[in-house]
Amino acid sequence: MPGSAALLRLAALALLVAFLLTPYSFAPLFEPLTQYGAPAIYDQGNLLTLALAQIGTVLCATAASTLVAVGLGIAVTRPSGAQFLPLSRTLVNIGQTFPPVAVLAIAVPLVGFGLKPTLIALFCYGLLPIFENTIGGLRACPPAVLEAASGMGMSPGQRLLSIELPLAMPLILEGIRISLVINVGTAAIGSTVGAKGLGEVIIAGLLSNNAAFILQGGLLTGLIAILLYDTMVAVERRLFGNVRIE
Amino acid sequence: MTQHRIDPLGALVTAVGAAALLWLPFVVLKPNRILPGDARSLIAVLPPSTTIACLACLILVALAALAMSKPPVRLAAALLGVIVVAAAISTAGDVLTPPGNRVVRVAPGSGFWVLLVAVGLMATDAITRLRPRPAARVLMLALFAAVTLFALAHGTFDHLSVMREYAVNAGRFAHEVRQHVWLALGSLGTAVIVALPLGILCHRVPRLRGGVLGTLNVIQTIPAIALFGILMAPLGALAAAVPLAAQLGIRGIGAAPAVVALFLYSLLPVVANTVAGLKRVSPAAVEAARGMGMTSWQVLTGVELSLALPTILTGIRIVLVQNIGLVTVAALIGGGGLGVFVFQGIGQTAIDLVLLGAIPTVALAFSAAVLLDAVVETMNRARQ
Repeated sequence: MPGSAALLRLAALALLVAFLLTPYSFAPLFEPLTQYGAPAIYDQGNLLTLALAQIGTVLCATAASTLVAVGLGIAVTRPSGAQFLPLSRTLVNIGQTFPPVAVLAIAVPLVGFGLKPTLIALFCYGLLPIFENTIGGLRACPPAVLEAASGMGMSPGQRLLSIELPLAMPLILEGIRISLVINVGTAAIGSTVGAKGLGEVIIAGLLSNNAAFILQGGLLTGLIAILLYDTMVAVERRLFGNVRIE
Repeated sequence: MTQHRIDPLGALVTAVGAAALLWLPFVVLKPNRILPGDARSLIAVLPPSTTIACLACLILVALAALAMSKPPVRLAAALLGVIVVAAAISTAGDVLTPPGNRVVRVAPGSGFWVLLVAVGLMATDAITRLRPRPAARVLMLALFAAVTLFALAHGTFDHLSVMREYAVNAGRFAHEVRQHVWLALGSLGTAVIVALPLGILCHRVPRLRGGVLGTLNVIQTIPAIALFGILMAPLGALAAAVPLAAQLGIRGIGAAPAVVALFLYSLLPVVANTVAGLKRVSPAAVEAARGMGMTSWQVLTGVELSLALPTILTGIRIVLVQNIGLVTVAALIGGGGLGVFVFQGIGQTAIDLVLLGAIPTVALAFSAAVLLDAVVETMNRARQ
């Protein structure tokens, strides 16, 4: 089974790259979906540029959320920040009931149209899973291990860097993966508020009633999300084998 | 323990609230629904006597936040804060709207929202410290909803921009709310009917488990807008080829692709949690039931499923909250729901219209989460 999964993954990647580099070679496949001689392949922008812009937006926002969320997660699991732990958990629970689209829509009145509201929405929404998993990972460290570390004369800082964070890393990476996948979808919707991305292709298709645009935009966005997810899973496996904190 | 020290969260709430009052606009007066307006502070808007009463109340709230340690007192103070902020914005709407003028818009400004978040944070913190039982949480939610709906029905906020937008769209609003709930619940219902047997099958036949869960996981990974797009072409083709399908309302655009996509998204959490729930049922309980002469159907429904129910319900809770959010996106493909207002508002740069769609969506998702969490927790408590 692992062999066929790897083959599928490679095929998906090859399909994505081929479509982005030479979209017009796929035109015959999409022509049956068009009406009245409409273009079969998105012609109002370069698909590769749009895809890279969307991936860039997602990676920037998720990197920022990772830094802040891991920092906050560390802060509320230290003795000095412990009194904020119950509240921060409640807030994360409440925050996750906010639909990503609502976060995007609410960011628009604050900063206007364009890339900014999308980045803000991705950043805010990306915080939640990473923060939740950082807390989960840090609190799952066995107390005996922590005491042993202190007994060996480690300072709290050393203990955090060389014991707690490495032990929490699988869960933190899982949080980052969840954020990445949600963010690819939200970034696509960000096209409605003027951010560059493949959502533009879908929206253009919806506006001009061109099913070919809608389908290729959907397929490309879906492929990117699946490949990002897959890459993260592969990284997690490579780093930690199949060890998991349940 | 009578410690007289400043509450750190109280200090944060007070600092944020004071900054919002001093430097951020409480309301924005717009010449019409689209043009940017000029910002007004709370002190500049309200009549002097009201301003003094308002500020006095807020200072009381801040003092409670800083010095009080009893959660019920803090909760009461926070609720007073919410009421004062709501009353202030309502009064601001009445004062600033010229009589008979239906063009001018009084929009809550960033100061209002930050202030609301500050008192909301204080209330959330107090409730977290109280650790209310599930029934108490549902009661609080119901009370809050009742008061809010009463105030809305009473016209308390009628002069505010969002409610102006509501007044224009009242008929459509009711329709879109129904459509939103119907899309979220309908796809969940069909998914449960399919996912439960599928989960039981995956539990019984471990060979299937990896493949089914893996496939559903891939589907879950595809962003909603992309999956809607991918489903539109095949559904359109189906409608064109099979007239009966078209008569049943299956079309490439509209509710059909949304329902199918939401159904597909709903499968994974329910199947995965059914499998996990069944896996946690102890073999001893199953053996005992068999020993008592129960048929395998009785064992499944009477023992296994009933023991796995809290876990399965947790999956359903995840799906429901997720669906209520995702339905918003369905508006893009003509599926209706509250997303219609969100995307129309974005298109017209009319922020009030965006909020008319976004606020009820968040309220629906939040209420669903509180309700189902309470059900799951009650079940888990009953088990112990």
